[in-house]
Parts: sequence; structure tokens; C-alpha cells
Amino acid sequence: MYKYDEIDQRLIDERVTQYYDQTRRYLAGELSEDEFRPLRLQNGLYIQRQAPMLRIAVPYGMLSSKQLRKLGDIAKKYDKGYGHFSTRQNLQLNWPKLEDVPEILAELATVEMHAIQTSGNCIRNITTDQFAGVAPDEIVDPRVIAEIVRQWSTLHPEFALLPRKFKIAVSGARYDRAVAQIHDIGMEFYKDNNNKVAIKIWVGGGLGRTPILGTVIREHLEWQHALTYCEAIIRVYNLHGRRDNTYKARIKILVKTLGIEEFKRQVEEEWSHLKNAPNTISESELARVSKHFEAMPYEALSAHNAIFDAAIASNPAFATWVKRSVRAHKVPGYRAVTLSLKPHGKAPGNATTEQMYVVADLADQYSFGELRVSHEQNLILADIKLSDLFAVWEKAHASGLATPNIGLLTDIICCPGGDFCSLANAKSIPIATAIQMQFDHLDYLYDIGDIELNISGCMNACGHHHIGHIGILGVDKDGSEWYQVSIGGSQGNNASLGSVIGPSFSADEMPSVVQKLIDVYIQERTPEEHFIDTVRRLGVAPFKAHVYADKSTTKLGVPYE
Amino acid sequence: MSNLITLNNGIATISENEWTIVKLPTSQVKERKQAGKVVLFKLTGEETVTQEQIATTEIPASGQIIVPLTVFIARKAELQERLTGNQIGVWVDTHEVLEDLINNVSDLNSLPIIAIHVERFADGRIFSLGTLLRTRYGFKNELRAFGDVLRDQLYFLKRSGYNSYIIRTDRSAEQAIASLNDFTQPYQGAVDEPRPVFKRYNRVST
Repeated sequence: MYKYDEIDQRLIDERVTQYYDQTRRYLAGELSEDEFRPLRLQNGLYIQRQAPMLRIAVPYGMLSSKQLRKLGDIAKKYDKGYGHFSTRQNLQLNWPKLEDVPEILAELATVEMHAIQTSGNCIRNITTDQFAGVAPDEIVDPRVIAEIVRQWSTLHPEFALLPRKFKIAVSGARYDRAVAQIHDIGMEFYKDNNNKVAIKIWVGGGLGRTPILGTVIREHLEWQHALTYCEAIIRVYNLHGRRDNTYKARIKILVKTLGIEEFKRQVEEEWSHLKNAPNTISESELARVSKHFEAMPYEALSAHNAIFDAAIASNPAFATWVKRSVRAHKVPGYRAVTLSLKPHGKAPGNATTEQMYVVADLADQYSFGELRVSHEQNLILADIKLSDLFAVWEKAHASGLATPNIGLLTDIICCPGGDFCSLANAKSIPIATAIQMQFDHLDYLYDIGDIELNISGCMNACGHHHIGHIGILGVDKDGSEWYQVSIGGSQGNNASLGSVIGPSFSADEMPSVVQKLIDVYIQERTPEEHFIDTVRRLGVAPFKAHVYADKSTTKLGVPYE
Repeated sequence: MSNLITLNNGIATISENEWTIVKLPTSQVKERKQAGKVVLFKLTGEETVTQEQIATTEIPASGQIIVPLTVFIARKAELQERLTGNQIGVWVDTHEVLEDLINNVSDLNSLPIIAIHVERFADGRIFSLGTLLRTRYGFKNELRAFGDVLRDQLYFLKRSGYNSYIIRTDRSAEQAIASLNDFTQPYQGAVDEPRPVFKRYNRVST
């Protein structure tokens, strides 16, 4: 992964110094709340319901074991001994003290980490595929350009105070795992007819209050121009995006109102001046950054391993875990492992300090000392030998990191919600855990098969509810918490936004509502269909009919006997 | 003590302000401002500039003055002689469109100063306007930021081509000056240093 040189290090050290002084001035009354807000936000600090929340950047989800240990240390020293991995692949601490934050940032800087631009109206953390570099369907490793974009966007002077937040995702595989289409800018790398790396660019996607999938603004852009083209897009947005209404300030509203043709015309006009400007990426810079992402020193292994095969045959629990948590790797004899942060009944995406230490040790021992965070809020060990899988499973299992539910109904994407977040309309974690307990039955979960359930506590959509096969949104009705349900959303190459099935439900009703949606699917599915396929084939109507058939339902318990 | 910081060849000093700002008279009209290419996105809720305001703007008879863009355009004939004498600068608000300025002046560099007014410090349009004036339109003279100008935005203003800053009057320009140099090695090219770091240094991956 990328390692800092003295230039990178000096910049984050200077940022720490700057923030010490900004915090000092705020505490001394020299900065008002309003003046301090963007400064602290651009260092990841929110003022939350219980305490401040600090969002630490994990650029494109990559972490070293050393960094994860430091995060564990910080969670223990300044917080309550746990952290929350977010859908932007970042780590959030929910209980730090405002006056401790400069010190936390100083500690982070010792392991090449920071919280720069993890919040505020600026270019946020770049996200990507959690299997970048190891996925068999990868065409271009997206982390190289992601790192170059990270550096370019860090303290970009022209885009320091945009109308609203700005999110960029990059993907370089046949199957998009970075959800490029729900980002302000999504970049998909591919090889063009001349076998050169090119970029397809989507613009104006986003969830939140007005969910919109991105539109292609450019089918083909040579990789050298990635930065200058982004500058053209963001300049048009910076100058013309609305600043009078925060709900209409995202670039998607500008693109939608202008229409993609006019927006594109303005961007291309701007870019005609920026093309080949000094920010054009040079071959040597691409080569320099690429060196940080070269293939790991893999051993030459057979595609099969007798120890592994024997363990699968003799240990059903291990075999089950492998089926859900282990993915193909482009190098023979290796696998990518997803450690579940979704044990049933616990807050999705949370990891304790002890778990962080365990994962760091596993990374050191078995996976070249690196790991990744996925936007589905799990942790990934990307380079595990087949012969080591059993040992990894045993250790992960002992630490509650091996729930074999990856990609299943209980692998819920969930924001921190009303328990923590001051923006939330409703709690989300208790809904997630109640659903997990309703379906705490592995055979049944396997029978339901691949499905994505996403929960957000408010329309800001941190839990990506619009793209969940089942999406749950917390809403406020007359001061009480209700939940709106949508179905048919999806990430991936066929991304779609879900449709709301009808009036919202109380928290108590939610497990049985999900149960009924599943019941319809089980009854109507063809043998090869996943939940999303059945929804797409039948539409919302039969699901809606069943869910609302008798609103005074009793809990169904574990069905399918 | 003056609240003006000027930057010359990388050296920042507190300077005396030699320019007088000419303000539009307050309007009674509560229309929404409709400046800009994209009218819809310019609905800032501020008052519009009326012809009456422009006509009744009091222009001092002598001295170096900075006049609102709308007045500059509408009353150019009246200002022409003083313009030639380097006595006239232009005030541009962040919602205004630079093309309106460019199209109304034969040589942008005949203006000794352009002053961009930022009503709220969080309005980042000021950075794009500075960048465009310096890079697209080749403006070489004094580029000033005034209004809600605070020290924590100075570094970005400097990088966006501004070399003159009137710090909000309730704050100390002397203390603010330090923030011009919060960072020594920016990653990306911008107005003050067009080359990104990878073109300034031979960075070697270790």
C-alpha cells in the first residue's frame, strides 16, 4: 500500500499543528461556533448527540496492521474501546473529547493517518473496491489513481469550500463493487481499444434526500487527464451549484436541472482550458505510485490444497464460513477473506479494540500486514493462503469475527443512527439487531440466499438504504420514530434505486415486515432467483399486498418448518 | 492598525489601504438576485441591484476608488478618464459573472485592482473566481479579497491568486498573517505554484 515520503508526512504534521491552533483559538473564544465548524468538520469532527464524533480517514479502505493497532489504541485511550467502520470505509469514534482531538490527530500522524476532509463541504475520502488488486475480474488496480486523486484533493485550494460535500469513487473491475453510480463523481477504469487505461466518468449520482444514479458524462478519458477533468467538473459545480438551500446544493441537483447535455457542455468548455495543464498526471508519477501497489511477494502455490480440502470435509462450520466469507483471488492458492463485523445482535460495523488487535495480528501473520475496510462495513484480509484459511477461521471465530453471514440478510449495512448521530430521525442499530435476531437461524438464512438489507436513520442515507434490496429509512412523524421500507434497490453494474412499498411502520413491526417480504420471495421465487431478481420480475405489488394485508399481524417466529 | 495584508514576492506585510470602497445605496426592492449564467442557481435571497441604485450611487470626485461591477459597467463613460489614470478598481461579488467584467473592459490589466467581495467566509466561489482571473483572463495586478475574510481561509486565497486581503475588522491582521504559510509543500498545482508536487520534486517510492 502507499507509504508516505517526507512530503506526505510534513503535510499531515503541519495539518496537526494548524488544528492545535484552531482548537486553541476556539476554546479561547477567538473563533465563533460558525467559524470553527468548517475547520473541525474538515478534520472529521462532528458535534453529536452524546459527544463529538471523530471520523478518521481510511483512504480507499486500505489499512496496515500498524495503523489498525493504532486505531485500537486510540479507541481505548480516547474513547470507549470500540470504533465504527462506515460505508465510506472510514472509522468513526463516538466518544472523543473535543479538546483531545488535536492530540488524537497527532497520534494518527505517527502512522501516516489523518482525518482531513472526512466531513465538511469539500472532496471527501475516495472509496473503492475492497478487493482491489486481488479480484480475478480486475482490469486496472483502481488504488493507484485513487491515491493520486487523494493527494490532489487534499487541501485543494479552489475546492476548499464547495456548496456541499463531494464524494468520489473509483472502480477498476468488470463488476463494480465501489457503487460508482451513487457518487458525485464515479470513475470506472478500463482498457480501451488501444489497450490503454481509460476512464468512464459518471457524474451527479448520490443518495440522501434526492436519490439519483449518476449519468455518464464521458465514456472515454485518457487516465492522464483524471485530475484536470475532475477540476473542470468541480469548478462548474463550485461556481453554479446552489448555496442558498443545503438540500439542493449537491452536484446532482445542478446536473439534473441543467440537464446532462448542458452540464457536459459547460464542463467540456472548462476542460478545454485545463487539458494538459500542469496537474495532468505524468507517466513517472503513475509509475511511482504504482510501485506502492505492486503484487505481494506471493508463493507459487497449487490451486488446490489437501489440508484445506480435508478441513472442509471434516468441519461443517468451517465449510459454511468458507462458502460465505472466502472469495476467489487472482493468484492460485490464495483467497480473500471477509471478516464479519455483523455478529447477530450487535451494532453492525463496530469493532472493539481487542478485535482490532486480533485482525492486525492476523494480517501480520497471514496477509502481508495489510487489510481493507469494505463499504459493507466488514474487514478484509485480501491475501490468505488456502492452507492458512483454517487457522484464520479459528482465530477469527474465537474473537467473534467469523459469523458466516457475508452477503446474507443479517450482513446489514447500517449507520450509527439515532443512538449516536444528531442528524438521525430514528434509531437504526436496534432495528438491525432485532432483524438479525428474527433471522438468527443459519439454515434459514442460507435458504434465503444472497440479499442486501440497508438501514439509514435519516434521509442523509449513510446506510445506503436506497440501494438495498430491502431498504429501511428512519423517519420522524410527530416526534416519534417510524420506518419506511423500500425494495428493489441494488448496487453493482445494474444499480437501481428501491421503491417505497407504502406507509411506514413502528420499530416493533419491522422484524415481521422483513419476514413477510421474505415469505413472498420464498413463495414466488424460481429456483435460480435471488431476492432482487424476484422483486425485479414481479414488481412491488405482491410484496406490498402481503405486508399490508393484515396490519395487526403477530410475529411469525422462525418459519419454514 | 490597518487590516490589510498584502503579499509581494512571497513576503506578507500589513499595509495601508489606499482604496476607497464605493457602495451601492440600499434598495427598497426585495427581489431575489438573479445574476449569473444559470439564473436558477443564483437565487441567493439577496436584494437585486436596481437601475435606480446604480444611478444614485455616489462616486467620490477624486481618489482611488473601487466601484461595484454593475456601476462600473453602467457608468463607464463617466469613469473613463480616471480609469486611464489608474484611479478605478472593480468590486465583484461572488455571485457575479466574470464574463460581465471581461466583456466591459478592453484590457483587464488596465484595472490596477480587482476586489472580490465574499459575504460569508464559507462561500468558496471566491477561490474559483481568483483562479479564473489569474489563469484564464491573465489578470496581473492586485487581486483583493474583502468582506468576511478570516485567517483560516488565507492559505487557500493565496493559492487561488489573491495577493491582498482585508481581514474582517474585528480580527487581527497581524495574527492572521501567519496562516498564509500553514503548509509548505502543497500536493496540487494551483495559481501560486502551477506545478503539482510530482512535477516539482523527483519523488521516489521507497
